[in-house]
Amino acid sequence: MLKKTLPLLLLLLIISNSYAQSIEVCATCDVNSLTDAIAKSKPHDKITIKKGTYLESNILIDKPLQIIGEGNPIIDGEKKGYVLIVKSDSVSVTGLVIKNPGKSYTKDYAAVYISQSNHFTFENNTLESVFFGFLIEKSHHGKIVKNHVSSQAIDQSASGNGIHLWNCSNMLIDGNKAHNLRDGIYLEFTKETKVTNNQSYDNMRYGLHFMFSNNNEYHNNTFTNNGAGVAVMFSKFIKMTGNTFTKNWGTASYGLLLKEIYDAEIENNTFEENTIGINVEGSTRINYIKNNFISNGWSVKIAGACYANIFKENNFLNNSFDISYNSNMNDNKFDSNYWSSYTGYDLDKNGIGDIPYRPVKLFSYIVNKTPETIILLRSLFVDIINFSEKVSPVFTPDELVDSSPLMTPIK
Amino acid sequence: MFKILKYSFYDLMRSSWSYVYFLFYLGLGSVLLFLNNDVSKAVITLMNIIVVLTPLIGTIFGVMYYYNSREFTELLLAQPLKRSTIFIGQYLGVAISLSLSLVIGLGIPFLAYGLLQSSEIFNFLSLIIVGAFLTFIFVALAFNIALSNENKIKGFGYAILMWLFLAVIYDGLFLISLVMLQEYPLDKFSLIATMFNPIDLSRILILLKLDISALLGYTGAVFQKFFGTNFGMVISFSVLSLWVVFPILRILFKSKRKDF
Repeated sequence: MLKKTLPLLLLLLIISNSYAQSIEVCATCDVNSLTDAIAKSKPHDKITIKKGTYLESNILIDKPLQIIGEGNPIIDGEKKGYVLIVKSDSVSVTGLVIKNPGKSYTKDYAAVYISQSNHFTFENNTLESVFFGFLIEKSHHGKIVKNHVSSQAIDQSASGNGIHLWNCSNMLIDGNKAHNLRDGIYLEFTKETKVTNNQSYDNMRYGLHFMFSNNNEYHNNTFTNNGAGVAVMFSKFIKMTGNTFTKNWGTASYGLLLKEIYDAEIENNTFEENTIGINVEGSTRINYIKNNFISNGWSVKIAGACYANIFKENNFLNNSFDISYNSNMNDNKFDSNYWSSYTGYDLDKNGIGDIPYRPVKLFSYIVNKTPETIILLRSLFVDIINFSEKVSPVFTPDELVDSSPLMTPIK
Repeated sequence: MFKILKYSFYDLMRSSWSYVYFLFYLGLGSVLLFLNNDVSKAVITLMNIIVVLTPLIGTIFGVMYYYNSREFTELLLAQPLKRSTIFIGQYLGVAISLSLSLVIGLGIPFLAYGLLQSSEIFNFLSLIIVGAFLTFIFVALAFNIALSNENKIKGFGYAILMWLFLAVIYDGLFLISLVMLQEYPLDKFSLIATMFNPIDLSRILILLKLDISALLGYTGAVFQKFFGTNFGMVISFSVLSLWVVFPILRILFKSKRKDF
């Protein structure tokens, strides 16, 4: 067996060696910079960078290469423009620490700039003190996996985004961490992309930001303590499942902002301790199923022009306000949700409350009109007027009821 | 003073009312916790009850105790004792026994439930502290009313009216004025108006723990400073203490000049 396979293996080794040459980069090697190594390489070569600090910027990768960092080598752009520029298909980069791209008000300098390239892979890289982290344009079928992007953003206009996709498709963004940036992850005109298992926190503006991006999915991400939470705007056919939105506190802050969204699925997400769990404006045909809303100021704030949305089997636990409407029109369905403030009974023991629940309180209507009245939250007087409104609705949508509220939370 | 405090205290302990009060809170706490299995929800319900009920009980107990122990008070006044000692002793006797009923009555079920391990401990603590504060404030207010009114029926009437005013009517007027004046900047006004009602003030203190995410939704800078930092907490507690101090001072002032 061995006798037969050994020559074959040897042959394979020789072929692969002659095919893909390997170049080593270190401070004391012949090749002591990445720029130099790229210049000396042929397509599909493998470049190994040893431990050390390399002061290089505007490194252009213009052929398919495999770049591997060993012992976390640091590539420091010294704030001169871009650090890595990828303009070729099939580039893979792993294990590098890339830091200090330039900062500019006119150019979007990035630690990694990828333009019109397909099938690239960036894995296990650390991007520090960046303006933009990954800036990806007109590229397809790329993978951004397990990278850590961070900066020290102080104000919005002088900072960039962690992972910025523009005009891309079929990308995978998985297991990354993005923090202290402007937007953690930003997608614009991007299609069929998956954003999964990422953590985006302490960002100035949004944890995740979608603009004009259709047919995308994002699952199992965590968004914590961002300036305004997550914004999904002007997009169609988006699936959001298993995400966690927490501690987005502030005056214009929400777990999730939906603006002009059509045909989306929002399932199994958790919204906890946000000022507004979901802020919905002009969004239609959205299914909210099995989400948890826990201890938010407002679970769902519906601003208007929202039609044919369905809220089903969600848990609303200990929120200051469950649902807030600013008009008394309603075209959305609430069915089989669990409301912790439901006070009805279940005489026939089928697990469904016998009297319908009205999630919109008169007080939430008053707070919408006069925000200062929030100071009277949970006052006895407010409970009394809420009760009288519940008995005969005048200001709140008459037909907005959950006619089958559940008696126990959905697991 | 401590002797009188002790007498009043034991007197109340012998009457079954403080036990009833204690058992009420014990039962309430246990039912909420063990039948509900959700501490946050229990804390919210308890807050609604404490903010309304402790002032009511404090008021009624205070007035009742003052009128009932009138003969004892007259007996004491014949002794070589300072008036301030007598009245403050009685006041503290009532207030402490009521607060103890509250603290122990709610404390036992929460301890049994394993609250010390839960993150709700601070919410619960602020609840208890606020409840005790409210008891002290409303017993003092009740003593004031009773001191100023010889007529028992009148005294009771005023006391209940005071409770009703502070617990419900004040908020109604407050809400109406906010809605009427919504064209004007109102955040300072609303914060100051809260300070003038101990019930609102204690409600805000608990809201700072429970509903902070909603309170931070409002845009005003004054609100932001008040709710977003410890500033609100400090101010609320100091004003609440003033609410205890001023009625007590008035008890002293009034009792010195009163003709028995």
